[in-house]
Amino acid sequence: MSVSAILMMAMWLLSLFTILSLVVLSLIWIERKFLGRLQRRLGPTRTGPFGLMQPVADAVKLVLKEDMLPSWADKAIFWVAPLLVLVPSFMIWVTIPATEGLVVQNLEMGLFVIVALLILSILGILLAGWGSANKYGALGGLRAAAQLVSYEVPLVMVVVSIAILVQSMDLRIIVASQLPLATAQSILGEANQSNVAFNHIGVPLVLIFPLGLVLFLIAGLAEVGRIPFDIYFAESEIVGGPFVEYSGAHWAVFFLAEYINTFVVAALVALLFLAGWHGPLLPPLLWFLIKTYSVILVIYWIRGTFPRLRIDQLMAFGWKGMIPLSFVGVVITSVYRFYDWPNWSLSLMSLTTLAVVGYWMYFKFTRPVIKLARSYGREPGRSRSAR
Amino acid sequence: MTNHMDQMDIEHTQSVDMMLNMGPQHPSTHGVFRMLLRIDGEVVVDAEPHIGYLHRGSEKLCEGEQYHQVVTLFDRLDYISNFNNEWVFCRAVEKLMGVEVPQRAEYIRVILAELNRIASHLLFLGTFGLDAGAMTPVMFAFRARERIQGFFEAVSGARMMHNYFHIGGVKEDVPHNFNDLLSSLLLDLRKDVEECDRLLSFNEVFVARTKGVGEIDLETALDYGWTGPSLRACGLEYDVRKAEPYSIYNLFEFEVPVARDGDCWDRYYVRVLEMYESLSIIEQAFSGIPDGPVMALGRRLIRPPKGDVYVRAENPRGEIGVYLVSDGTDKPYRVKVRPPSFCSLSALRHLVRDTYIADAVVILGSLDIVLGEVDR
Repeated sequence: MSVSAILMMAMWLLSLFTILSLVVLSLIWIERKFLGRLQRRLGPTRTGPFGLMQPVADAVKLVLKEDMLPSWADKAIFWVAPLLVLVPSFMIWVTIPATEGLVVQNLEMGLFVIVALLILSILGILLAGWGSANKYGALGGLRAAAQLVSYEVPLVMVVVSIAILVQSMDLRIIVASQLPLATAQSILGEANQSNVAFNHIGVPLVLIFPLGLVLFLIAGLAEVGRIPFDIYFAESEIVGGPFVEYSGAHWAVFFLAEYINTFVVAALVALLFLAGWHGPLLPPLLWFLIKTYSVILVIYWIRGTFPRLRIDQLMAFGWKGMIPLSFVGVVITSVYRFYDWPNWSLSLMSLTTLAVVGYWMYFKFTRPVIKLARSYGREPGRSRSAR
Repeated sequence: MTNHMDQMDIEHTQSVDMMLNMGPQHPSTHGVFRMLLRIDGEVVVDAEPHIGYLHRGSEKLCEGEQYHQVVTLFDRLDYISNFNNEWVFCRAVEKLMGVEVPQRAEYIRVILAELNRIASHLLFLGTFGLDAGAMTPVMFAFRARERIQGFFEAVSGARMMHNYFHIGGVKEDVPHNFNDLLSSLLLDLRKDVEECDRLLSFNEVFVARTKGVGEIDLETALDYGWTGPSLRACGLEYDVRKAEPYSIYNLFEFEVPVARDGDCWDRYYVRVLEMYESLSIIEQAFSGIPDGPVMALGRRLIRPPKGDVYVRAENPRGEIGVYLVSDGTDKPYRVKVRPPSFCSLSALRHLVRDTYIADAVVILGSLDIVLGEVDR
């Protein structure tokens, strides 16, 4: 490798780090403003115009705070754990393309690498809980291990379904396969000399595989520990779980990793299901950001709406609902590929599965609530005076 | 060197329960409550509540203060519903002295106490949502509660710790724009309460988290001395305002909401329904408020005759009782308070056994304790 190539790579990585930090700042600001609006507040207003400098102020505060080490903590593990969480979440971005050319290193097995790196952060969280020698931390770490491992399975299975659909794990090819044939060929002809074979689909995958989108988004929420799946740092129960003993910059590192992972999930949803950076009129990068941030807003919306699940409910939902469903997803995509059926057949199968699941969920969760409400002469979702 | 695993005697290996200390600095112990949980994994095997972190010796302090000063100490018992507490002590002294409180003062007291009940239940709704992990209800509930607090400030001069009810009436008449303030408050408040109700009550995840959790049957609840909304959630229609009407409560029409199962959701929902009933009481009282004096005794030193009296009232958390002994001087000889939170808290150990840690938090939240009144 020549010196210039190494320099080039270093520059890429540095700019990646800078851009991701900026993205995290924007995410924090959007979350606080958006949640504020959901809750009829203004959100931050005092720091700069529209409170834009609030994340910066938070960051400065965190860095200036004292870094505490509990006296019983396992020092090495305690200090290494934040890095074990942060580094994989940065490494994921090496292979996520934002546009056709805007990627540090596109890999043919990109999706595989991303999933592998996502799993690594479990280790960091578990070690953080263990190393801080705190019972809340230990409980949180064990909860995290249980939750993340169980929700990793549906996530991987959705990725497998997509690999079956597109016959590739290269994110650029997955995005290209969702475009009209002529566009896809011209793009791949320029970018990819090796002329890889792939299955051309021609529409955004969400249209033919909505089951995958639902599963991926839910599993992704659980992966990044967002409400209603935030049981491993549940503030009202185990007071922050693995992060309970961390303060200052090390806590900020966990925070950073959490937001980057949220962004990863949103970006993957955009790339895998919403045709990535492609769209009319606007430049590709803008389309990528629009799609990703829209997914992020959905995640924040869910956060503002739902209470937290209990651990047994969470595990039951994962093992009895998500995992069988993700296998159904693999089966229907395989059937679709093997018999080379038309696109609408997969949409139909996918929607049928979703409808069955929707009915089951209605039967299991919503109908008891409606019954409960009716026993008090109410309709859920309506105010009492409107009965 | 042999492997460590080989040497382990699996048959004689036993797991040890973990002791988890929750509180007094824990976000969901609602003040300075502490419980020691013995947990087996995620399951709570046993719980040992520790109280007393907020003990200020209120009952003893009462013996050193003149009667009108004791009212301020009662403000600080259940600091979420100050008016209700002031009222019960004033009623005790009034009963001992045989004072007839002017009608206007009674109406003002009812309006303020019922508003305070709504404020207290709104606080419960918000924090209970937080305990279950929902972060939006607390914002909605606090917004509504702020309106009420603003109204209290306009009337009594303080947002909390009002010291507004005096023995024989209220400190002074309401401000001149009382009618405008109250009518606009009532309009907003009904909307706000409905909003909070719609937001949380029938949310699927919320119901899944609270329905069937922390169930208690009526007999056990009675044995623990439960009163108020928590008891009514078990199915018994018992409300001091109906069972032994005090003040002018027999003039108003209102229902006593009850539920059936006695679980956390029922305890929550009874309180929600109570807010609607309180609104209706306030509306009735507002339309019938008479003119006239607001104070029967004037400003003079209070010396009740020798004797003792027991008075009870329906607080937002249940039945509060005050036993007052007077020796004929200007200071009470003995004041004993029977706080409702203390009784509901005593059932905690019974309730949280064999539940999950997350349930323990929800159960504690559903009891709606205020440590100021538990510890006194």
